[in-house]
Amino acid sequence: MTSLFRDRILPVLTVIAAILVLWHVAVVYLNAPFVRDQAARAGETVTLSQLVERSFAQERPVLPAPHQILAELWDTTVNKAVTSKRSLVYHAWVTLSATLAGFGMGTVLGIALAIGIVHSRAMDRSLMPWVIASQTIPILAIAPMIIVVLNSIGISGLMPKALISTYLSFFPIVVGMVKGLRSPDVLLIDLMHTYHASPAQTFWKLRWPASMPYLFTSLKVAIAISLVGAIVGELPTGAVAGLGARLLSGSYYGQTIQIWAALFMAAGLAAVLVSIVGFAHHRVLKRMGVKP
Amino acid sequence: MNGTLVFALLFWIFAWGLNAWLVKQRPKNLALARLIGIAVPVLFGITLLVIWECVVRGFAIPTILLPPPSMIGARILSSTPILWADFQQTFLKSVITGYVAGCGLGFVVAILIDRSPFLQKGLLPIGNFVSALPVVGVAPIMVMWFGFDWPSKVAVVVIMTFFPMLVNTVQGLSASSHMERDLMRTYAAGWGQTLVKLRLPAAWPFIFNALKINSTLALIGAIVAEFFGTPIVGMGFRISTEVGRSNVDMVWAEIAVAAVAGSVFYGLVALGERAVTFWHPSVRGGRA
Repeated sequence: MTSLFRDRILPVLTVIAAILVLWHVAVVYLNAPFVRDQAARAGETVTLSQLVERSFAQERPVLPAPHQILAELWDTTVNKAVTSKRSLVYHAWVTLSATLAGFGMGTVLGIALAIGIVHSRAMDRSLMPWVIASQTIPILAIAPMIIVVLNSIGISGLMPKALISTYLSFFPIVVGMVKGLRSPDVLLIDLMHTYHASPAQTFWKLRWPASMPYLFTSLKVAIAISLVGAIVGELPTGAVAGLGARLLSGSYYGQTIQIWAALFMAAGLAAVLVSIVGFAHHRVLKRMGVKP
Repeated sequence: MNGTLVFALLFWIFAWGLNAWLVKQRPKNLALARLIGIAVPVLFGITLLVIWECVVRGFAIPTILLPPPSMIGARILSSTPILWADFQQTFLKSVITGYVAGCGLGFVVAILIDRSPFLQKGLLPIGNFVSALPVVGVAPIMVMWFGFDWPSKVAVVVIMTFFPMLVNTVQGLSASSHMERDLMRTYAAGWGQTLVKLRLPAAWPFIFNALKINSTLALIGAIVAEFFGTPIVGMGFRISTEVGRSNVDMVWAEIAVAAVAGSVFYGLVALGERAVTFWHPSVRGGRA
């Protein structure tokens, strides 16, 4: 227990504390010019303590202090009704549903492609380079296109964003699963051969279980990236709903605290999603008898 | 079914058959084998383009939804100066500067904290955590701080590329085994010598992994940051305005430029990886 504290918790806490200290210094440094400016207009001189105090409590600071962000988060999650458009929970839910839909479709598509690639040489040689090339196209550049085009044929709301998430998340899964499905040893595959196992049996009894560690590693990457896709997908829709819309409207009206609160919410969402996948990873590997 | 659709179908069957045949060939000649390796994906790509063109024409899909490739090609040729200006603004100024600065900073910080296990233990979990966050969200803040022009995009790209580089470099620096490090000790090699002769070479595969991840991240960061405010030039700006004006062929031309730029960028990094880590099994085996 003490070693866990000394080796893991203490260093992380130290770094976080250092970041917080730096943050507070930066708040004073970045917001001070505005405070001085205002004081000069009012014809008064500010002492250092006044300067610090005022730079921590601005309406639209260059860099908000952490407690301002926390207050905004508390205000928009707890004090507003969940269904209200001013509630951050509502916006987070909009983003989350697109993320999960895209993640689900991306996972299914990725696994299907990987199975095809592993079992067909022609698919491997002709498809794999294009799967890689598809990722060098910045999908986020196409995001406005996809949304406008889908809108014009009558698909709007959740689906366009989910498709962007799908596009982003299928790639890590294809790569990971191809690696994972190919990971069984030649000896093991030969053994299945001597058992006269059909390709389907080899797949379900050997390849699929062997690919599980690779699958979960890819899933962690995929869920993080599909959240990014959903957030960016909300930008070109003209700030209707979702965390991306909060970012956009915050930047239009100079509401820095709102931007930071949306950012923190997105970070929290990412952390929760990744740790859920990590937990599932842990449980599945444990059921399969892998020693931690 | 009209003529173009039948043609698309026939072409598809023909190309698929040719590819299936090509894959089965085992030429003795090494150059020929390499040629086949290139021909298969190229043929697949050409097939995609032909089918795209024929489907758009055959079903008479309005060009506003999906313009045929020939129209996009014509657009690229006719508005090269605009595309070049956008490319300069977004790629040469924002992406390259930010990429070099972000990766360089990540690398330097990784070397700096190398001698302090305490800092490493503190920074690694946080770096891993931040890598999973939607970092593009800082784009509006950076645009507020650094203005509309390219410095704000550089800032976004630096933040996005810093953490993957940091985490991978730290991991790579600890990739050499105890035996090898002990050997360096018996040679009385100092920290610097061990770093240059043993640990950096062992870290190259990890570092190049980060460089590859970052090459796509950088382009995304720069383009997304342009959605939040930009002077009247740049790929992200052009895409969002031309979508609004329904000039879809211009948007697709911009996307094509972005795709080619991204692929070439990635390809250059991969080539560098092959040159530097020629000893690594994944390169020696001929499969990168």
